[in-house]
Amino acid sequence: MPKEQDLANRPDNTAFTQQRLPAWQPILSAGIVIPGFVLIGLAFIGIGVALFLTSRSIQVQEFDYTGVDTTSSCYMCSSTNVPNCVCYVNFTLTTKFQGMVYFYYALSNYFQSHRKFGASRDYYQLSGDTTYFTAPLDVCIPFQYANTTPIVPCGLSANSLFNDTFKLYQIVNGTTKLVPFDGRGIAWWSDYNIKYQNPKVTPLKDAFKGTAKPVNWPKPAYELDTTDPSNNGFVNQDFLVWMRRAALPNFWKLYRRITDPDYVGGLPAGNYSIEITYNYPVISFNGKKRVVLSNVSWMGGRNPFLGIAYLVVGSLCIVMSIVMLIVYAKFKFPDDV
Amino acid sequence: MESDSRTGKRKGAGFFERRWKDVRVGDFVKVVSNEIIPADLLLLHTSDPNGVCHIETASLDGETNLKQRHIVSGLNTQDSQFEPEHFSYTVAVEKPNNNLNHFKGYIEKTDMKRLGFGTENLLPRGCTVRNTEFTTGFVVYAGHETKSMMNNNGPRYKRSKLECKMNIDVLYCVLLLFFMCLIGALGHYIWLESLPSMPLFLTPGSQGHLDPPLLSGFYMFFTMIILLQILIPISLYVSIELVKMGQIYFIINDVDLYDEETDSRVQCRALNIPEDLGQIQYIFSDKTGTLTENKMVFRRCSVMGTEYSHNDNAVRPSVLGEANDTEEEVIFHRSPQPSQTGWNLGDDHDPEAAQHRHHGRRPHSSVGRYKNKETGSSQGEAAFSSPLETEVVPDRKLLQCVLSSGGGDWVGGRWIGCSEATDLYLDFFLALAVCNTVVVSTANTAQAQRQRGSERSSHSVFQSPGDLLQTALTKMHSVYHTLHSWQPMIEEDVDPDHTPDPATSHGGHHSTAGGQTSHNSTQAQSTSTPKQCFEAESPDEAALVHAAKAYGFTLLTRTPESVTLRLPHGEELTYQVLDTLNFDPTRKRMSVVLRHPISREIVMYTKGADYTIMELLQTPSEANSLKGNHQNVAASTQRHIDWYAKEGLRTLCFAKKVLSERAYKDWSLRRQEALAAISNREELLMETAGHLEIQLTLLGATGIEDRLQDCVPDTITALKEAGIQVWMLTGDKPETAVNIGYACRLLDEGDLVIQMSTKDKVVCKSTLDCALEEVRQFEHSGGPGGMGGPEEPRLSIGLVIDGHTLGLALQSDLVASFLELARRCRSVLCCRVTPLQKSAVVTLVRERLKVMTLAIGDGANDVNMIQAADVGIGISGQEGMQAVMASDFSIACFKHLKKLLLVHGHWCYNRLAKMAIYFFYKNVTYVNLLFWYQFFCGFSGTSMIDIWLLIFFNLFFTSVPPIMFGVMDRDVSAEMLLGLPELYRTGQGSEGYDHLIFWIAMLDAFYQSLVCFFIPYWTYQGTDVDIYTFGTPMNTVAFFNIMFHLAIEIKSWTVVHWVTMLASVIVYFVVTLVYSAVCISCNPPSNPYWIIQQQMAKPMFYLVCVITTVIALLPRFTYRVLSNTLVPSPLVRARHLERLDTPIRDQ
Repeated sequence: MPKEQDLANRPDNTAFTQQRLPAWQPILSAGIVIPGFVLIGLAFIGIGVALFLTSRSIQVQEFDYTGVDTTSSCYMCSSTNVPNCVCYVNFTLTTKFQGMVYFYYALSNYFQSHRKFGASRDYYQLSGDTTYFTAPLDVCIPFQYANTTPIVPCGLSANSLFNDTFKLYQIVNGTTKLVPFDGRGIAWWSDYNIKYQNPKVTPLKDAFKGTAKPVNWPKPAYELDTTDPSNNGFVNQDFLVWMRRAALPNFWKLYRRITDPDYVGGLPAGNYSIEITYNYPVISFNGKKRVVLSNVSWMGGRNPFLGIAYLVVGSLCIVMSIVMLIVYAKFKFPDDV
Repeated sequence: MESDSRTGKRKGAGFFERRWKDVRVGDFVKVVSNEIIPADLLLLHTSDPNGVCHIETASLDGETNLKQRHIVSGLNTQDSQFEPEHFSYTVAVEKPNNNLNHFKGYIEKTDMKRLGFGTENLLPRGCTVRNTEFTTGFVVYAGHETKSMMNNNGPRYKRSKLECKMNIDVLYCVLLLFFMCLIGALGHYIWLESLPSMPLFLTPGSQGHLDPPLLSGFYMFFTMIILLQILIPISLYVSIELVKMGQIYFIINDVDLYDEETDSRVQCRALNIPEDLGQIQYIFSDKTGTLTENKMVFRRCSVMGTEYSHNDNAVRPSVLGEANDTEEEVIFHRSPQPSQTGWNLGDDHDPEAAQHRHHGRRPHSSVGRYKNKETGSSQGEAAFSSPLETEVVPDRKLLQCVLSSGGGDWVGGRWIGCSEATDLYLDFFLALAVCNTVVVSTANTAQAQRQRGSERSSHSVFQSPGDLLQTALTKMHSVYHTLHSWQPMIEEDVDPDHTPDPATSHGGHHSTAGGQTSHNSTQAQSTSTPKQCFEAESPDEAALVHAAKAYGFTLLTRTPESVTLRLPHGEELTYQVLDTLNFDPTRKRMSVVLRHPISREIVMYTKGADYTIMELLQTPSEANSLKGNHQNVAASTQRHIDWYAKEGLRTLCFAKKVLSERAYKDWSLRRQEALAAISNREELLMETAGHLEIQLTLLGATGIEDRLQDCVPDTITALKEAGIQVWMLTGDKPETAVNIGYACRLLDEGDLVIQMSTKDKVVCKSTLDCALEEVRQFEHSGGPGGMGGPEEPRLSIGLVIDGHTLGLALQSDLVASFLELARRCRSVLCCRVTPLQKSAVVTLVRERLKVMTLAIGDGANDVNMIQAADVGIGISGQEGMQAVMASDFSIACFKHLKKLLLVHGHWCYNRLAKMAIYFFYKNVTYVNLLFWYQFFCGFSGTSMIDIWLLIFFNLFFTSVPPIMFGVMDRDVSAEMLLGLPELYRTGQGSEGYDHLIFWIAMLDAFYQSLVCFFIPYWTYQGTDVDIYTFGTPMNTVAFFNIMFHLAIEIKSWTVVHWVTMLASVIVYFVVTLVYSAVCISCNPPSNPYWIIQQQMAKPMFYLVCVITTVIALLPRFTYRVLSNTLVPSPLVRARHLERLDTPIRDQ
């Protein structure tokens, strides 16, 4: 045999280099997958049932108040262009609304997801950097300057802030009783605490000196909530909710929660009235405005789809396992166990 | 070129040291021993008194033997000190070209006399000066004009078939992208048009109103291209390169493709076509050195019409431990078959001669010789000048004949008391010993050179002494025996009746002992004096010189002017060499003109191919004037030659001619003129050679065995089973080729063998048509079983065609029917083809039949073919490195081809095909998510996934597992692939990757992306979900989907698979989580801060991920399961078989 040193080029004879690593080599065949199909099927049916029942237990009340319809009380507001036009939506709850009730407004055919809508905002302003108060980013164009005064907050996103307001009244024996709303904690805590920051200037108004309010806004940013001084500027909850862009053209946005001690168990059955201050124009793009009352569960809002999907797929898996059983019985390989 | 007397390199007066790059044409360069020549030099002066310079051309052509170069003859530069200052001639050379073996020019002296020179005066750049103290030359070509640089045209770019197909699919992807962008643009336009007035959520232009919808749509087209461009899998190309690197790593690290003998691995010289190895349909193989070892062994000879069978050489392997002498016996007892009409070499203008015929059953024993496996002791031999290879055991009777003829007294250059016939015996061996260009070097210098030389050759040096010792030890006994029994044994074995099959088991036994005796006596001689090494240009020559040595005719030294021999009785004789007519492929012969030292007779010895020599023999009338019946000699020699050829031996004929002084002088003058000619010098030289090489007297013929390489028949059988058509293209004659064909199972017994040999085009055409008709009938008669079509004929058909006929068949009007015929043949043997024809055949088959071709060869004559084929494989054998340099892969021996194709080819192809398909699928699936989202964002080009996560997705999260899949997945084990060569067919039929598979993958990708988009969509629609909260589960779903898709495709899960898959999942979550936790406002407008964290806290996220992945993969999973069970492919069957095998193997 040749000497060792003569075999300098000899490749290493290892399992790796010789491609002989121990391997698990499953062969997908009917016999093997039957238990898998059965297990997945059963599990999915279980999950599906749970989801479906949960979804059914969630109550949702939606009321369109766009006012396209002449019979609607908001028709007047929508057809004329009066600011702060007030209209009402009356409804009756036949059963009690369980748990904490969330009050949403919903817009349809509204494209917050448009690329330029999302881009048209100055994050440096919104994180409280006052140097950008005097010179907003160019992405805000054409809502960068009002004449020559810089707009704060600049951009389309802020400018298009939803400005309808709502009040919910319970009608008890002919008298109206205000259902107090809780406007705190409706925005993401990360937005409220980290992402959006007011300038570290007190009073807040001073920071906005030399800036203009967005064109569409009736009031500047530091006066958004007159009742609560801490709910102003860029950390205003309504503002934060609006600035978080909706993914789809038909969306809800959380307006308030009902946390009042009187209604802690939910809204009792009875007659209610929603007082709407109608400002936001949606007719121009065939949009729709709605108010939504809903309670939530662990799976979020009401959505029967997922439960049904789980049930269907689960059943399909069971069917597949039966098909596979037949196939297996007829075509099995000798090594299938 | 005007010579100027600038001095070049230094050493000695007037020379100074220069860099290579500073060497210019016209410089004088002095090179000392063992230095590398810096430019193409015209040799003017050497330290050798004879004006000879030895060079080693290994770096140019890989040949390790020394070559002689001479100073320009007629130039008196050799005397004393060469002074460049006094060299005042004009040197003219031809234009720089890349032909290594061709060079011509002349020196014009001051008296207008021209001196011609050629290759033998050229020192090419890159070679090394050996055995010559110093040498001085004149630079004729420098730099890029040198022969070696002109030959270095860099690797040819070959693109693999798979990649070509893939490129088409990439174009489809571009088309798809175009349509998707068009849809986006149109959608945007329609969406804008449908808006009654300017909505709140749109950004007005500077004038306060929107751009016209048409313009916006137009812009949107380009926005969409930017958004969706990931559809075009640029990453695929990068990944393919990485995968190929990995695949090649595994190929070159395969221990089975490592050759211990030469300490060489398989080399992948082309990095971009490993997957083509898995799709080969046609193999074109050289014969010599590829199928055969190119280690020539002198096997038989025929002298003066008498056959000497040299049985002992055949028995040798059995002495070394391989007991197969019974088979050998069978071969030699077999009486010669009657010569076949199909082999008619002369004019065969009658169609019948060219008629195809059915081959009868051949005795199987004729293939027995391939079993002569090299045993351990001979494994280490690299060069053919090593002792065991060249050991020739003389035929007892012939030796006795030679010795007895030499027994007379040596008087006046004649062995007195000998007949004319025995004189011719001596002439025969003289011719063997001198009619060549073998250089004799002593072992010491050879060793020293080899140590300085390549590693490979130094290897043989370590080997040789040990072997010698061992041989000496084991044979001590027989030496002792022969010292006592030499004389008696010869006498007792005298057998006057020589028949072609003289061997009996009795004689065979004795001759073994006798043979070893003589071997040892020569061995003993050579060890007492410095050991001789014969440096031959071709192994045949070495084998012949060794054969002559075995009979006592030892070549001692050779210079251009003289050759010294030791005769059997110890006399040393120095012949004057008057001229050497070198071998060339057109003449197919070489001659040496000698002057006998004592008789002063001028004798020419010629050796060459039988058909050229036979044509040049004396006509019968002249022969009759001589004593003896030469006609009979020629006839019986021809018979022997035919017989040798049938046994696969290489034959050479030897002849002599005695020249008169005048005749030679006349000829010599013409020769000088021819040598000095600059234009058509070659033709003139050939013509003068032709004038001399006539009216020869036949001496005899030799048969040299060219052994089959290891496992060649097995390999060929496996390749044929794998559905590959194997063609053998050789320069040899049809008889030899067919014999090798049978020996290596290219042809099987019972095959229908069609032979075509004609010089007439009409005949060729009719033969072709006739053969084609017969083949068609043959297929039809195969009955309903032959439904497989031409791919699966019941009986396979072999075609044997010679160079002439091939040339005719390749003409444009016959080529179609030739290919039609060749396509239906399982094996085609092309004989007597030129290198150019080889490449023409390869190109033709590749282009006209649209098949994948592989060419394998080892010599310079295979270079064209190797470059023409889709895959070129060079065998790093003995015929130099040119084939290897031109090849895409180089292997050490033919048997490695089996694993290279069947295992690595299959793996590489399948892996790469699957990976490519997977990449297309992956990109389309992912990008389509973005596309579907455009329907919900007004076709505005919004991405619901953070742009960095989008980039990371392809770059980090889903890139490594497919690459690992492409490098390491093993669908079927190597053992299975080698055991079932049929599995190779999946690659040939492009079953791993075709357009159907591509489009199915595309459909699947569309389906999966729809599922991945719309399940989350329906789940989250009508809620307060924000854009990136919507995108995050979608991204995760797509990730899992793509991963599990790969998991379905992976056939074997090794540790590496698990690690990469799990690591990818971990990386995905870690990177996404960290990025979401860190990026507060780093990447406006997306800012994914805390989104995935928020999502992962909700059960809905997981529920969506699970169901989406299941729904998306259910169809593919079910399809795989059902197809594996209902219609299992051969590969699936093999995997089942493998699993079944494992417990059996374990037991």
